[in-house]
Amino acid sequence: MSKVFGSGNTACALAVKDADVDFVAAYPITPQTAVAEKIAAYIAEGIMDANYLPVESEHSAASAIAAASAVGARVFTATASQGLLYMHEILHYAAGGRLPMVMANVNRAVNAPWCLYADHQDAVSQRDTGWIHIHTASNQEIYDSILLAFKVTEEVQIPVMVNYDGFLVSHSMMPFETLDENKIKEYLPPFNPSWRLHPQWGGTFGNVTYSEQYVPYRESLTRDVKKAGEVIVRCAKEYQELTGRWHGGYFDVYRLEDASFFLLSMGSMGKEMELAVDLLRKEGIPAAGLRLRVFCPFPKEELSVLLPDGAKLLVFDRNLVYGSAAGVLLQESRAALYERRDDLRITGISVGLGGEDLPAVLLADRARQMIQEVEK
Amino acid sequence: MKIKDLSSLEYITPGTGACAGCPSTIGLRIIGKALGKNTIGFLTPSCAVASMGLTPQTCYTFSALNICFASAGASAGGAAMALDALYRKGKLQGEKPVVFNWVGDGGTYDIGFQGLSGSAERNDDYIHFCYNNEAYSNTGNQRSGATPQFALTTTSPMGKEIGQKNMPLLMLEHRPPYVATASLGYPMDLYRKVEKAKNISGFRYIEIHMPCCTSWRFPPADTIRMSKLAVQTGAWLLWEGEYGKLTLNGVTASLAEGRKKPISMEGYLKLQGRFSTMFKSPEKEKHLALIEANIQRELEFMAGRAKL
Repeated sequence: MSKVFGSGNTACALAVKDADVDFVAAYPITPQTAVAEKIAAYIAEGIMDANYLPVESEHSAASAIAAASAVGARVFTATASQGLLYMHEILHYAAGGRLPMVMANVNRAVNAPWCLYADHQDAVSQRDTGWIHIHTASNQEIYDSILLAFKVTEEVQIPVMVNYDGFLVSHSMMPFETLDENKIKEYLPPFNPSWRLHPQWGGTFGNVTYSEQYVPYRESLTRDVKKAGEVIVRCAKEYQELTGRWHGGYFDVYRLEDASFFLLSMGSMGKEMELAVDLLRKEGIPAAGLRLRVFCPFPKEELSVLLPDGAKLLVFDRNLVYGSAAGVLLQESRAALYERRDDLRITGISVGLGGEDLPAVLLADRARQMIQEVEK
Repeated sequence: MKIKDLSSLEYITPGTGACAGCPSTIGLRIIGKALGKNTIGFLTPSCAVASMGLTPQTCYTFSALNICFASAGASAGGAAMALDALYRKGKLQGEKPVVFNWVGDGGTYDIGFQGLSGSAERNDDYIHFCYNNEAYSNTGNQRSGATPQFALTTTSPMGKEIGQKNMPLLMLEHRPPYVATASLGYPMDLYRKVEKAKNISGFRYIEIHMPCCTSWRFPPADTIRMSKLAVQTGAWLLWEGEYGKLTLNGVTASLAEGRKKPISMEGYLKLQGRFSTMFKSPEKEKHLALIEANIQRELEFMAGRAKL
């Protein structure tokens, strides 16, 4: 184990180096660029044994790692914002093709108009691609989640996206610890795929289907995406046993004791929310923080279990569903908790769009406004 | 080597869903005999995918993956590079397979062009085969960047207003190790080029002219006749190039050197229903003259390019 003082992008690149990745394809985009640069440097310096394809677009980055995964390589790419949107077609393809892949997405606002700062619109727009989405909030959590993502993707054969907020996390320097090689090998053994696109195995893949073949493929994907949530929690616990480090399962929870107001959010906002909870608690408001780590599959039952009778759920979305009350988290939460509509109160807002600063005082203020609304 | 001396290896089993007279299946048979068994093929949406059989069946004997339309350059490049890492790291043992793309003109000239250009510039290690039937035949004959001037397609119902781009030359100008054009009418020339490409590493591009009886509207028995006529008229040029250095081959070289006279275009185009509107037009003579002038100009241009 060694201690590093570095950025979120450094934590991400180091985890990829340590995970014995075979193949990386990447295209630069702010605020992800340092990941593409650092991995290229590790390989050039000879401290990482992988091949690197400096592609001409994100569509090609995703196409390249999908094919590389098919031949049985452990693969990685990183992107942000428009780059993720440009990959959209291949995201569907890779999940449908059950290709194990890990991608880091450095959350950033989408065009138009141009904006470089933190926003979850890029990631939530990929909700229905079949990918597993993990959202992180610190450099340590990025490092640990990238290792976890490889373990999960290779077990469930569904690609995994690890998200962290542009600049707020990607460019913030924080101390974090890496993992020794022998411990990584114990946690993440070499990738042993169940099939390969290779003449030794034979076969043609991705052939045309009629609906009677297509439907079972889709049913198995949605069933396995759901199950992947349990795999994430199990792998997080295994990681905790090995390293002592724990960032949460589906949720990172804060001050749940005797709480009746639950402040739900994702990403770096979820960490700032802990300070907002402290401010509210000081005023005697029984608030708690729920930082969602697994956005896909959305943990319906697990969210419900966290909420006692009569709880009030206050949802903070760093994204917008245009024309609706707020964002995707609010919609998902309302859908998940529909059976408890007479018991719970749920409201939400969209905040922090385009990197709008979200200090704890502002979050606490927004929480108070929502509390007034639900207490009416 | 004669055609009867070629390997008995077949890339396609009986039962393919391709049309009678399909040039793509003929082409795949020939390239398979040159490439051998140790290959991985990538296919983008095209007749070659639509006719391969429904999941879990296939008419292909080589390992293949159907990929997205714009993905050919990056997917083949990524797979080849990943294989290189897996063999180097000892995760796979034996002889590394040859990676190839089998992609139509749509996936090459149009939607796949960016990825292919990037891949050629990076010198990714695979062979890209463009099977050029001069239209989106799989979706029912729409115009592509490879459709010639005045040809009818469902999206150029009055005849295409402009001619095709010179895609193989564009690829040659990326200066990759090998670029070649070929014709089903000259199978041993195609075979030689595939065998040559197989023994070169880096980016290799072979474009095969594929007269499509369904889209072009001629009898299925005439696929090879049409392929030969395309070369003999000068409408399709045979050449190969290494690192940007170009050599004209066979009939095309004879036409360029004046040792042979090109066959008239009228005889070639009249056999194709896709030019029926042009032949009924009062401007028929003008259009034919324009086509022949463009072919002559292109031949002179390529002969000049070969001298560089």
